Amino acid sequence: MRITLNGAPRDLACHPAARLLDVLRQECGLTGTKEGCGEGECGACTVLVDGAAVCSCLVPMAQVRGASITTIEGLGDDHPLARAFMDEVGAQCGICTPGMIMTAVTLGPRPSLPRIRTALAGNLCRCTGYEAIYRAIRKP
Amino acid sequence: MRTAISSLELLEPRTLAEALRMLRDEEGVVPLAGATDLYVGLNFGTLETRRFVNLWSLAPLRRIAMRGDTLSIGALATYTALIRSRQVQRRLPMLAQAAREVGGMQIQNRGTLGGNIVNASPAGDTLPVLAAADATVVLRSASEERRVPFAGFYTGYRESLRRPDELITAVEVGPVEGAQWFRKVGTRAAQAISKVVMAAVRGAAPRIALGSVAPTVIRLSRTERALGDGAGIDDAAAIAESEIQPLDDLRSTAGYRRRVASNLLRRFWSDTAPG
Amino acid sequence: MAVPESPTPNSHSPAVGRSVSRKDGLGKATGAARYADDLTFPGMLHGRTIRSTIACGTISGIRRDFDPGGFTVVDWRDIPGRNVVALLTEDQPCLVEREVRHQAEPVLLLAHESREALLGAAVHIDYLPGTPLFDPEQSPRSFKDILIEKGSVEAGFSKAHLVVEGTYRTGHQEHVYIEPNGVIAVPEDGGIAVHGSIQCPYYVHKALVTLLGDAVTQVRVVQTETGGGFGGKEEYPSMLAGHAALLALKARRPVKIVYDRVEDMAATTKRHPAIVRHRTAVDRDGRLLAMEIEVILDAGAYATLSPVVLSRGAIHAAGPYRCPNTRISARAMFTNTPPNGAFRGFGAPQTEFAVEVHMDRIAEALDLDPARLRDRNALRPGDSTATGQVLGQDCSARQVLRTALRKSGYRRKRKAFAGTGRGIGLSLYYHGSGFTGSGELKLGSRAAVELTATGVRILASSTEIGQGTRTMHAQIVADALGIPYEQVEVAQPDTGVVPDSGPTVASRTCMVVGGILERAARELRERLGNLPPEEYFRRHGPVRVTGEYEQPGWIRWDEVAYRGDAYATYGWGCDVAEVELDRDTWEVRPRRLTVVADVGKAIHPALSIGQIEGGTAQGVGYALLEQVTMRDGVMANAQLTNYLIPTTLDMPAVDVVLLENPYPGGPSGAKGLGELPMDGPAPALVNALRHLGLDLRSIPALPEAIMEAACGSP
Repeated sequence: MRITLNGAPRDLACHPAARLLDVLRQECGLTGTKEGCGEGECGACTVLVDGAAVCSCLVPMAQVRGASITTIEGLGDDHPLARAFMDEVGAQCGICTPGMIMTAVTLGPRPSLPRIRTALAGNLCRCTGYEAIYRAIRKP
Repeated sequence: MRTAISSLELLEPRTLAEALRMLRDEEGVVPLAGATDLYVGLNFGTLETRRFVNLWSLAPLRRIAMRGDTLSIGALATYTALIRSRQVQRRLPMLAQAAREVGGMQIQNRGTLGGNIVNASPAGDTLPVLAAADATVVLRSASEERRVPFAGFYTGYRESLRRPDELITAVEVGPVEGAQWFRKVGTRAAQAISKVVMAAVRGAAPRIALGSVAPTVIRLSRTERALGDGAGIDDAAAIAESEIQPLDDLRSTAGYRRRVASNLLRRFWSDTAPG
Repeated sequence: MAVPESPTPNSHSPAVGRSVSRKDGLGKATGAARYADDLTFPGMLHGRTIRSTIACGTISGIRRDFDPGGFTVVDWRDIPGRNVVALLTEDQPCLVEREVRHQAEPVLLLAHESREALLGAAVHIDYLPGTPLFDPEQSPRSFKDILIEKGSVEAGFSKAHLVVEGTYRTGHQEHVYIEPNGVIAVPEDGGIAVHGSIQCPYYVHKALVTLLGDAVTQVRVVQTETGGGFGGKEEYPSMLAGHAALLALKARRPVKIVYDRVEDMAATTKRHPAIVRHRTAVDRDGRLLAMEIEVILDAGAYATLSPVVLSRGAIHAAGPYRCPNTRISARAMFTNTPPNGAFRGFGAPQTEFAVEVHMDRIAEALDLDPARLRDRNALRPGDSTATGQVLGQDCSARQVLRTALRKSGYRRKRKAFAGTGRGIGLSLYYHGSGFTGSGELKLGSRAAVELTATGVRILASSTEIGQGTRTMHAQIVADALGIPYEQVEVAQPDTGVVPDSGPTVASRTCMVVGGILERAARELRERLGNLPPEEYFRRHGPVRVTGEYEQPGWIRWDEVAYRGDAYATYGWGCDVAEVELDRDTWEVRPRRLTVVADVGKAIHPALSIGQIEGGTAQGVGYALLEQVTMRDGVMANAQLTNYLIPTTLDMPAVDVVLLENPYPGGPSGAKGLGELPMDGPAPALVNALRHLGLDLRSIPALPEAIMEAACGSP
């Protein structure tokens, strides 16, 4: 099946019921997307499907046929949010960070604190208490 | 432990008619919408089903539209679509509110109204809204389309009138007269399964529905009648407590659910008091 | 609180005290950082653990219901060395032989190239079930008994104006590092290398050497990027690494085992549940005359680290207060549940919860403000603790208390909130830095700095698990050498390369290991003379200086009598919690937490604040949300859907204030920091509920329990 992955077309031979997360990590080698729970609770596996944040552990490949998928790798090394997460120490252990950033990119520039808190309610972080993450997202 | 993907089969109809034929002709198939529930079961290895009919690409089932006076919501409308829909905001704001409290943004982007109904959990967040709104469920099979009142849709714990060969295609809601009220009491502030969830309408005849306090979502018909007949809230609350059968489970206790249900009823009544 | 602005990086400005860029920041923010499950090795198999499904009994038979083609199967008979997870007490088998002591105990290991085939394999275990024991108070077996005595409690009680008693309970807590446990064992050169999500590589090394015996000529343990630890990857990886290594040795191929969330929650360690009983005598003014404290921890089925968790819990049980007569008796009891283990705070959050809630009950009984009661009794320099340790000028109990009262507006709010749906409460706490007593001396930790072509490199087994080890160590070394922070690199912890710096636990990584590195770097600086390191390297080649722990001469500790200097120093904290209660649903909404912490010196202010904010969030969860429901001796809610940690919307605003009252023995005055913030939030939040008239003595304080406190049983 064909998808657009981080801007480039990609043909994949995979089971239609395969989880998008596994295909990204195992077939495409994009290990920036993490698995934290397999139940759509932690948000570590967040990627964008046609611009919308989803938990890739709950998405069967058949449902992204023809779709455009963006992962953390698709943002490149100098994305302003990545920079802000560095500057504000928004990442501690870093395992939730890619998912956090993928949710945060859907918010556009300079979102309000209440908007950030609502939007990130599906991304769990156990290290930071979230405050440094807010500082990072409000920065760029 | 996760179910092996290779043991699964995913049928991929291109049209609604094809999907309905699959449901009629294929053995043991289950419709799959946004996968936010079924894939959790897959990841935990608790799924009994191995064959699915993937509905996600059936775009016509996403439509939210007015048909005359009736708000028609396609079964594949996501929670995000419900939150964003002007018609839903205007006609059924309590549904948008319920949708906002389902999971995080990622789940709202994939989970569907039809999925919430078919999943048939007594804790489903949108279900009390549909019950209180006197919604109608549109069911379609390869041979017929039928409409059943949401209030009578569930026949027992995780059981409904939907036959295995039928799909829910839409939910229809007529005009709702009166103030709408919704409150979800979850296990935490976000991303939580409800411990008690209530939707209610303060019209000439009040309508009150509760989730997580009985094997299915329920309407408190005797409480409604009492309040409609001018009973005091204390009497109504006593009746309400007799209409629910809450249980102890992993998330809460029967005693808590009973008291909170009663308190929410009082809160609804005072919040929507005229004047 | 805003992070202090860092001055423009300048090669001559010191790194310590500045929020320099994290060494691992870019990799983590771009997804490039590689965690255990991100790695593959040629020919790698996947491993899976078959576990017991009863809490107590013996195995009578194992039936394998799958086609064995392509499978590697390991049971206890495949263990070449000793079948134990070597730690303190060698009582825990790596694989069950016959006797099952808890649910989810590992029995059989499978490996296969295909994850799918692995998932499809069915194994049935037959048992002769025994009668499990779940109640620690009914348990006849204790793993450790501790008695700490000071003065005469009988004499204290005889002078009492008032005696207050109470029993306080805390539940299990699950770590919920977002990366579950995972390792990969790789056969190499007649030995084995284990790469994994590991807090303490040398613990794993010791366990593997014991388990594998003569079957290997060498063992190497390499820490991969680690997605959170909090103590949960302190001792458990020794078990997991053993499993992967056994499979890899038998299959002669690399084997990866990564737990899914359910397995991780059901099978691995948790914070010990505790029952703490207090009986306290006070005089008319609220001065503490005698404290009698009993601590019972539920250790689970094997000793693991319970004796030392109990020790720290007992030492902290009297709180940061002066009391002439104290008796603390503590026991860690056997039950047929998965063993509990290390978790940030290590026994202290349980006992400090108890004493802090008890202090509010004493204040209530005396009709005294809780802050005033604490101020009156707080330890001052020159006072002695329950173990008889005389505190120096680095004792800051009253400073943190007074700062917190001022910053939070406590006194004003305490009055203003009366009769509203809001409450305000506080907690005063302390946390010993580093290993207890002479533990550091026994560890004899080592760490090294060596020259490279571009600067210097740090060699230490201290792991980066999110807390900022790499960054903070590099700052300390850069300043000791007088070179830019950017010129210091940090070696990946690999037991084949780095010396044993002791485990990354006990808030010791900055104060103790940082101190060793600081001395090593100073020594290296003397060798360099006036040459920059890269120039010295070019002219003279490699130089390495290894530093070793030196115990301050004044520390005296009697491990048998539990008397003396329990810790080299303490971090001090005060939390003020503001809450709102929904009277319809008894849901608690924390509104604000003010956290004042004396950390001696904030080597990296933003990291220090981040540690405190994060520890505070874990404390909020511990207090209000996180409940492990045990059924038949196993966690019944082992999913993130049903075991709830705080989301963004559950966390209140957190105001952090750092105080820097230096400990002369720490690098730039630094004290331990990582665990301190775990001790305060739970009692502060429960005391804020007490301000609302709710008598709660257990956590988690779920709405169901609050309802009962408010209305009585339904």
